Amino acid sequence: MSAIGELSTMTRRKGPMTKEEKKANGRDNKAAYIFLLPWLVGLVVITVGPMLMSLYLSFTDYNLLQPPEWVGLDNFVRMFGDARLHNSLRVTFTYVLVGVPLQLAVALLIALVLDKGLRGLPFYRSIFYLPSLLGGSVAVAILWKQIFGTTGLVNQVLAMIGIEGPGWISDPNTALGSIILLHVWTFGSPMIIFLAGLRQIPNMYYEAAKVDGATTIQQFWRITLPMLSPIIFFNLVLQIIGSFQSFTQAFIVSGGNGGPSDSTMFFTLYLYQKGFGQFDMGYASAMAWFLLVIIGVFTAINFIASKYWVFYDD
Amino acid sequence: MTKLQTLPAAGDSADKTAKSPRRRESPGNLAFSRSARIKGLIKHAILILVGGVMIYPLLWMVVSSLRPNDLIFREPGLWLDSLEMSNYTDGWSALTHPFGHYMINSAIVVLGSIVGNLISCSMAAYAFARLQFSGKKLFFGIMLLTIMLPFHVVIVPQYILFSQIGWVNTFWPLIVPKLLATDAFFVFLMVQFIRGIPKDLDEAARIDGAGHPRIFLRVILPLMVPALATTTIFTFIWTWNDFFGALIYLTDPDMFTVPVALRAFVDSQSATSWGSLFAMSIVSLFPVFLVFLFGQRFLIKGIATTGIK
Repeated sequence: MSAIGELSTMTRRKGPMTKEEKKANGRDNKAAYIFLLPWLVGLVVITVGPMLMSLYLSFTDYNLLQPPEWVGLDNFVRMFGDARLHNSLRVTFTYVLVGVPLQLAVALLIALVLDKGLRGLPFYRSIFYLPSLLGGSVAVAILWKQIFGTTGLVNQVLAMIGIEGPGWISDPNTALGSIILLHVWTFGSPMIIFLAGLRQIPNMYYEAAKVDGATTIQQFWRITLPMLSPIIFFNLVLQIIGSFQSFTQAFIVSGGNGGPSDSTMFFTLYLYQKGFGQFDMGYASAMAWFLLVIIGVFTAINFIASKYWVFYDD
Repeated sequence: MTKLQTLPAAGDSADKTAKSPRRRESPGNLAFSRSARIKGLIKHAILILVGGVMIYPLLWMVVSSLRPNDLIFREPGLWLDSLEMSNYTDGWSALTHPFGHYMINSAIVVLGSIVGNLISCSMAAYAFARLQFSGKKLFFGIMLLTIMLPFHVVIVPQYILFSQIGWVNTFWPLIVPKLLATDAFFVFLMVQFIRGIPKDLDEAARIDGAGHPRIFLRVILPLMVPALATTTIFTFIWTWNDFFGALIYLTDPDMFTVPVALRAFVDSQSATSWGSLFAMSIVSLFPVFLVFLFGQRFLIKGIATTGIK
């Protein structure tokens, strides 16, 4: 079904090869490796090689000009005492822990409203999906910068009903919230995944429930939610991984500095500043690995927790 | 796993309404159908409201780009008194090069990325979906993992690598990785698709004496056009919007793609040029919008089957 589904079945299905697999083994080796060649080269040169290299660099001091100098755990020790880094973690965690559930909740809600064979579904779906395609662009970030500015669209609308709004993106208390809203605004793609998931719940469950006199709300909690839980899980994993890496919106809205007073200084933004602003490549590499560990831990927690709430029908 | 592939995705919904009994109310019960109609109305109201709020900022940006600058800070409505094209002409020539220059740069990167993804990903996908080879499971697992790998972990050494071979301020760092199938996610999308193609077709070709290159080119590729279309469309949109890669590798204004050009614009603008900034933002979104308009079917199928962005 999905990359994640496939991975988890792969780990479940360990065991000796079947006879058939053994027989087949090696038969197409030459052809297969020729077909795989671009991918294999990419894996080594673009992915695994750089990963190992950045692991090495994370133990060095390196500014691109002088050769890397081994400093042991210095970079990681520095991270411990780096208050701006701690702040960037706080900002990123807030973004992920508020933005992702909020976005998925809206996506699910709208998918539920859309699902019941509503007239005009393709039209609505397009409208809701469009922001997902545009949301990552610099252009939309520019738009956001305007509409949440002091004299922006939001405050113009508020002024019409007599409210004087703050400068949303210039106030440290609300700047991050504006960017979280931008994330929620792109709920269209998880919504489409939810719609596809809803389509696969067999109707007989609902019919049986109706015969038993279950209310719509009971049907939602007892049928829709459990049956949809693998999809919710899948969306959750993907969105969390993606959100930890979000960069463009905060960069453009804050003018590249993560301001005001570091309130939108995402971890990736700080990493960019360290690596490509100050060319502190060793430190940036250490940060990148730290990010990988964080994302890995979150994903692992997700997978472990999924045993308790994700329901597989097979 | 291939199940989803054959099931109708959210895409083909129009026919669904008629078929599924869950959505039919019992015809005899008048009171019931009236409440159902009210329910329907409420739903439409919710959807129109939410959709309206979502789309309003975009519409407002389009309208504002056609207004004199000072109105952008005073006029939240969508009414246009006159058409002001000066924002477009000003914005077009506001940077070192006319905006078209950056669009051509973007187009080059996009084209290279599309060609790269189509060739390299389809080849890898054929191997994973159809061929038996040692290490297949391991490699397939690695491929799936790389889909989820954060870009930032590799960006520093990649930058060092590309800067050492003198590729900074060229398009190569943005295109070459695609030629090497690093967008693993399209490999996965295509693997899913190829698994849905009956194996009998391969067998028939093999009996006729075709080798793998020929089966791939003559049998599989023509049948996987929908997957190739999805890949093309997603590659287009993501590459067109890609900011981080361009920000790092392209520092010379000659080489700017659209996102970094816009960023340069937003940094250089005084408080009075929001109109032209909006105008160029809209110009930059226009190709994405066109692709969305004509490629929606593939986009929605692609998301529904692989669950991407």
